[in-house]
Parts: sequence; structure tokens; C-alpha cells
Amino acid sequence: MTVTEKVAIDHGLKKDEFKKICELLMRVPNITELAIFSAMWNEHCSYKSSRKHLKNLHTKGKKVIQGPGENAGIIDIGDDDAIVFKIESHNHPSFIEPYQGAATGVGGIMRDVFTMGARPIANLNSIHFGSPQHKKTKNLLRGVVKGIGGYGNCIGVPTIAGQTSFDESYNGNILVNAMTLGLVNKNKIFYSKAAGIDKPVIYVGSKTGRDGIHGASMASAVFDEKIEEKKPTVQVGDPFTEKLLLEACLELMADDSIIAIQDMGAAGLTSSSVEMASKGKLGIEINLNKVPCREEKMTPYEIMLSESQERMLIVLENGKEKDAKKIFDKWDLDFAVIGKTTNSKKIELFFDQKKVAEIPIDLLAEKAPVYDRKWKKIKLPQSIKFKKQDFKALKIGDCLKKLLSNANICDKQWIWDQYDHTVMGDTIQKPGGDSGVVRIHGTSKAVAASVDSSALYCFAHPLSGGKQIVCESWRNLISVGAEPIAITNCLNFGNPEKEKNMGEFVECVQGITESSKYLEFPVVSGNVSFYNETKDKGIKPTPSIGGIGLIKNYENMVSMKLKSSGNILLVIGKTIGHLEQSIFAREILSEKKGPPPEINLFNEKNNGLSVLKLINQKLIESCHDVSLGGILVAVSKMCIKSSKGVKINQLKGLVNKFEYFFGEDQARYIVEIRKDNLTKVDKILKENSVHYDKLGSVIDNNIEFSDEFKLPIDDLEKTYKNWLRRYMVN
Amino acid sequence: MKSSVIIFPGSNCDRDMDVALKKFGFQNKMIWHNDNNLPQSDLIVLPGGFSYGDYLRCGSIAGKSKIINSVKEFAKSGGLVLGICNGFQILTETGLLPGVLQQNKNIEFICKNVFIKINNKENKYFNNIDKEILELHIAHNEGNYFCTNDELKKLQDNNQIAVSYCDEKGNCDDAINPNGAIKNIAGIFNENKNILGMMPHPERMIDKHLSGEDGSIFFKNLLNNLKK
Repeated sequence: MTVTEKVAIDHGLKKDEFKKICELLMRVPNITELAIFSAMWNEHCSYKSSRKHLKNLHTKGKKVIQGPGENAGIIDIGDDDAIVFKIESHNHPSFIEPYQGAATGVGGIMRDVFTMGARPIANLNSIHFGSPQHKKTKNLLRGVVKGIGGYGNCIGVPTIAGQTSFDESYNGNILVNAMTLGLVNKNKIFYSKAAGIDKPVIYVGSKTGRDGIHGASMASAVFDEKIEEKKPTVQVGDPFTEKLLLEACLELMADDSIIAIQDMGAAGLTSSSVEMASKGKLGIEINLNKVPCREEKMTPYEIMLSESQERMLIVLENGKEKDAKKIFDKWDLDFAVIGKTTNSKKIELFFDQKKVAEIPIDLLAEKAPVYDRKWKKIKLPQSIKFKKQDFKALKIGDCLKKLLSNANICDKQWIWDQYDHTVMGDTIQKPGGDSGVVRIHGTSKAVAASVDSSALYCFAHPLSGGKQIVCESWRNLISVGAEPIAITNCLNFGNPEKEKNMGEFVECVQGITESSKYLEFPVVSGNVSFYNETKDKGIKPTPSIGGIGLIKNYENMVSMKLKSSGNILLVIGKTIGHLEQSIFAREILSEKKGPPPEINLFNEKNNGLSVLKLINQKLIESCHDVSLGGILVAVSKMCIKSSKGVKINQLKGLVNKFEYFFGEDQARYIVEIRKDNLTKVDKILKENSVHYDKLGSVIDNNIEFSDEFKLPIDDLEKTYKNWLRRYMVN
Repeated sequence: MKSSVIIFPGSNCDRDMDVALKKFGFQNKMIWHNDNNLPQSDLIVLPGGFSYGDYLRCGSIAGKSKIINSVKEFAKSGGLVLGICNGFQILTETGLLPGVLQQNKNIEFICKNVFIKINNKENKYFNNIDKEILELHIAHNEGNYFCTNDELKKLQDNNQIAVSYCDEKGNCDDAINPNGAIKNIAGIFNENKNILGMMPHPERMIDKHLSGEDGSIFFKNLLNNLKK
């Protein structure tokens, strides 16, 4: 096939980009070379629209061993233990083929983690669907959940937490973000940087097929009505092979024979070989006839673009091939020496004794285009003054029930019952809490992990929204008694070529940066997913933040489950009653305008650290952060978890009750304390200038508030738990 | 007491089982599926997981693996063989236990705590447990036990239904049946009661920080019974 401008455009390259390729190469590329350029220069692999802004992220900290730029980020949790973790999107494939799309998303992120020498110990996910009324939503949800479970359950890694949301902006573009945590000895970490010349390049894992060709370029384009035709570009997962690959890799990693290792993810063999060579400032030579193929007559073009799953590329020490092969034979996996490292600083491919491609590595890496796209600043929306009569006909109890059965608040047990969350025997906080918690096997330590996003806030004002999610992640970790350490982010946005979408991206990143700097909560890994757009309709900006925290002694962990009647509930942090952009405003008042709640980073940090201090001094019996739905939803969840009730005190002054109960002011926690600890708690909070209110006390059976309402917990539980199950069954 | 846990490619509860057995005093060894011989053992465990990816049918390929012949011999000589979850599926595939495990009735994977009623205590597994009901954990996609009427009658006549799903109070009815298993069967014995296959995972319930502690009762008791 002769390569022309049109062929290049069909491969997703822009006119200018093709021109630049010809200039850099000083010739027209052949079709295999063009394929390699298109794979490396697309948005998904090159980060060409985002790179300029990602540079500003706060990525450093005392506990950071590895920041962004590797397969995953790594943090130190003491005693030579380190946690490797990352979140990644698999949005486009999951919309086309929900089961396989979601499954291979989970498989891909786990490979990123065990590539670095870590055994995966927990999975999380953040999944977002269109309106529950949309005709595709139910099937997509069912497929995605089955796919995530199908892969993670088979590998035997517990899925310990997650987030699910519904919004019409995802009608044509669902989001599937998968996150994995792995445990590694900090002296035995493996990287993707190749070193040394004439070292054997090894291919291990599954055979290469024609699946997933153009996967990465699909993820770099918007959808149109022909989207169904793209089904063949979705990869097919084989969790059994991945389990074998995991065990084989970890066995090989026990000695010193690996120089560099990289999984074949997006853009398969192309990006893995280029990345290893690029990081080591080396060249790489591959004989494509040696690549194990599952289908006949695959061309160099197809071999280089295949996104077949469960494959790894390894640069080995000379002379170690035999021993390494033995391990892969034991696990029944393919093992082939397919090439070597060179000093040419080029990627050179051979097929049937002919050279079929020769490209200087830097053209695919450093010299790939970087764009400074135009973006529009988004102003803080004007405040809305709610009037007394807006609330006149409302009853607090009815509003609460409506919110508890709202798709975005209701219980998600239907989902996590389908995920194995207890395998590995160390899950001490299951899905459904503020964070999932797993123990570090055989120690007194545990890690907490949570994943959050707030698309409505980000849509209303990206800068505030970006700040808010980092804070929410921080609060979710504190709420279980974990010291927040670092985050990973998955930045899901619309079309970066549109100024508004690009502005949303830029300002969300700014917000994330501000919060993570202030809270000393650095970003150590992540990915960007642009072009979440179908027929000109983009998603609401949805950065997902995965946070990790450490609990030094897991005996100190707390949960949101209320403990004993007679205990006192406090609201830590100040309640003003911010209703704009709250779920109450949207669902009850049908008001979608106004600014999201203000973020005060000083209060956020101060309140959080003070709560953590109280937890570590064993002064808190249970804890839950206040987020979506405000105080009353938060208290209800605590009650439902424990089958206990709460008697709420009279409110001080002339506050609007609806604002007080449903406002979504930030930096707040509800904590349960014993009466005899009140003096101590009061002293610590006052010393640290933390505002708190007495909310009420724990009782049996009901949530009560003066004469206004008395709601049996059994009823609330049914309302909260039944919605999703009924929705999925009908 | 010596135990052996067999690792098939795709097993994923092997480590959890090893941890549990050692915690309660077994000297445990891990045995690779491709080995021919079993070390001298008082208990063989086929752990949970997805042996061979559960491709073809759950447990069917593992049922033909090299080590299985030794497991069969060991069982025939009266040795204790315990199959949990995928291990139970393997035991039915080898013919050491009757019946099959079909896909859950709701066609979904189920991971949650369940109560099981102990039906027969005259065996090494449950003898001397003072509780009638245990709270254990299930995590499976194919736990829906099924057998022919003749087989069921035999199971009932010989007291081979080891454990059944029930509620907190011990009522075994359809409403609490998690997966559609016939007669709420959660686990069965062979005729001699030396082979036990069950879907619930006792190894996931071995300390107070986990989903529960009733698994501890199971292991402690098993060890004591073997010592006798």
C-alpha cells in the first residue's frame, strides 16, 4: 500500500502531522512505519494535548518513590514495603463492548502494577453511566460489572471499593476507570528503562492476534453513529492467562535476570518496544517472524498494532534466557527471543529477512507533537438566592427518602456482591464504606484506598471541582483512620480541540494541583482520556481521583458503623448550608445553576488532621465524611449500616433546616464519641481551632428530629437498598 | 498434623488456605498439579479459584490433571480430602463426589456472608463443633448444586448432605438460598465421609477483623479431630 496524506488521515493523523513525519524522516514512511507513527502520536499514547498542563501537577513528596512517567506510581509505606498503584481509563472500548472493554481495563491496569514487581493486592473502579432512563444504561451497567468481576475474580485480587454515578452526559460515552494497588519490596522494583547493548528482547505471555488493532487510535477519536462497527477494535481478555503471567513474572523477578520490563498495553508491541528503548536512550531491533502469532499470515503492520492482551516485553541479561524460559514453560506461556537492544537509537523491524521499518526513536517519543491548545476560562457561576417559599411545600423526611433512593446515592450492593472482595484474606473494610481497606499481609499495617469524582461540581466550575475531589479523597481516607499519602488521577474529558472542553481540563488540573500541593497529597500516576464525545455531545468533565492512605496499626481502623446507643454525634467542620450544585437542589428543587461549594484548604487540612488525631487516640467510635446529600444523608447511611438510630438536637439560631440538613459544605465529618470522652475531644478540637457542632445522640431504631420527623431505620434501609436491585431486575 | 494444598494453574485461594491451615497448627505443604506423588499427609485440600480458567467447565480440566490420580488413591484409602469452592467443583468432576455445580440461578457471581447448617457431625470435619450454624463466606459463579433424584435420595439416606444454606436461625428455605442449589445444599460428603466438598470458604473467616470468625472453629476442630 502506498502511503499518501489520505492514508495518514485515515490513521487518525492530521495533515500537518503527516507533513512533519515526512520532514523528520526525510522521506514518506511505508505503511508499517505510518502505523507506528499513528500509534505513538495519537492522543492516548503521546499526551499531546495534555502534556503541557500535566507538567504542573504536584508530584513530589517524602514518601514518593516513583512519580508519573512509569508504568505506575510508587509510595513508601515503611519497613521496605511500597505500594505501586495507578488508575486508568477504558472508556471507549467499554461503551462498544461493555464486558470485554471493562474486563481488559482491569487486566491492563493489573499488568501495569505487576510489571513493576508488585503483587496486586486490591482493585477499585470508578464507573459512570448515562441516565437510568436511557435505553442503553442497564445493559451497559450489567456488562461492565460482569466484566470487572469476571476478570478480577478470576485473578484472585479483591475489589475493595468503587464509585458509580449516573448522568445523562454519559449516555453516549460511559466511563470505566480501573485502579489497582500492588505490594512490592522497595528494593526489588522493576522499571521499563532498557540498559546495555546486545541484550536479548523477550516476548512472553499470550500469542498475538488481530484483536485490538487501532485500539489506541480509537480512544483518541470522537464517536459517531458508526461506532458499532468498531467492535473488532475491542480487545478480548483472558484472565486465566494473566494469572499465569502474573505468577511467572513474579517468579522470574525473584532473581536478577530482568533489566527492564514493560507490559504491552495500548498500541501493543509498538509502544512497549519504543518506550523501553526511549527511556534507555538505546535502539531496538525486532525480528517479527519470531513473534508468537495466533493467527496465520499476520503482517508486520498487524503485529505492531495488535492489542492482544496478557503480553509482556522483557529485556533480559545475556545468558539468562534458558532459566527464564523454564519458568514460562512451567506456566505454559509463550517465550520467544524476538530481538535485541542496539546502539542505533532506532527501532528496526525485520520480516522475512527484509527490513520493514526503521525509525529514529526520538521521533516517536520526544519529538512527537505537543500542542498548546486554546482554552476558555470558566467563570464562577452567580449565587442563587433560594426563597422561603421554595421550601414551603417540602417535608424533610420525604426529601431524605427521595435522596436515599436516588441513583447517585443509593446502595450499590448489587454491584459489589458480584466482585470477589474477600479473596486474599486481608480485606478489613469492604466496599460500601468511605474507603476499602486491606492489610499488608503478615504485618500490623493496612492501606486504605478510595476513588472519587464530582462531575457536577467540575462542570459548574472546573477549578473548584478539581480542588474538591482531591479533598473528598483525602476525607474518605481520614474517615477510616488512614493517613493520606498520595493519589492517582484518571482525567476523563471531552474533545480537547474545543476550547470549552480544553478549559475544563486545564482548570480541573489546576484545582487538583492546588489541593494536592496544600494537602501534601501528591499525584504519582494517572492517565488522560479525551474525546469522550458522541455526535458532538461531550461528557461532563470527570476527573477520577484514587487516593491511598496508610493505617499503621489496623486495630485503630474505624468505619461508619455506629457503635452504641447513648454515644454523642458531632459534626466536625462548619455548616453554612450551601445548596447550589447539591443533589438536593438538583433533585428536589430542580435547580441546576449556581457555584459548587467553596473549598477552604486550610479548614480541609486542619479538620482532617484533627479527626485523624482523635482516631489515633482512640477517641472516635465511628466516622463518616459528609459529602453528596449533606448531613442527613450521611447520618442515615451510618444508621443503616448499624441498624441504629439518631436523635438530632434542636438547631441553634434561625438556620434554614433544609440548608442545614442537605447543604454540601466541605471539610466536614460526622463522628461518634463516647460521653466520657467529650471533654478530651472538645479540648483537642479547640486547641486546633476546629469548629464543631453537637448533632445529636445515638438511639435505637429511628432518626428523629423534634416534632418534625421520626423515621424508622428499617424503612430508610429499604429505600436505600432497593432502588438499584429493582432497577436491574426489572 | 500434615496437610497438602494442591495448586492448579488458576487456583487463587491456595495462599489463603495455606495461611489458615498454618494458623491453626497444620504443617502444610504446597503441591504443584504436575507432580505425580503426594507427600505423606493427613489432609489434602483442593483450594478455591479458577483452575485452568474454568474453561470448558469449572473443575473439569483440573479433574484430569496428573496429581488427581494420587488424590483419588489417597481418598480411596480413607484419607481426608477437602475441596472448597473450585475444589468442590473439581471433586464432582473427578467423580469423587456425585452431582454437578451449575451456574448460580441469578446468573451473577455472588460474594457475601451466608449461614450454613451443619447436618451431620459424625465425621472428622464437624465432630465436636458445639454450634449448629456457622457464618461463612461464599464467592462463586457456579455454586448451584444439582444431582439426579436417585443421587439425592442416596445423599439423604446416607446422611451425606454435610451443610445447607440457612438463615440465622437455621431455617433452610428458598428465600435464603443464594444460588439455587437443590435442597439448599452447600456441601456434601462421599459415602465414607472422608471427602468433603463445599462452596463456602472457611479460610476467609479466620480472625475478628475479617468478615467473621467461624472459619476458625472449623479448622481448630478439624485439627483436634485428626489428632484423636
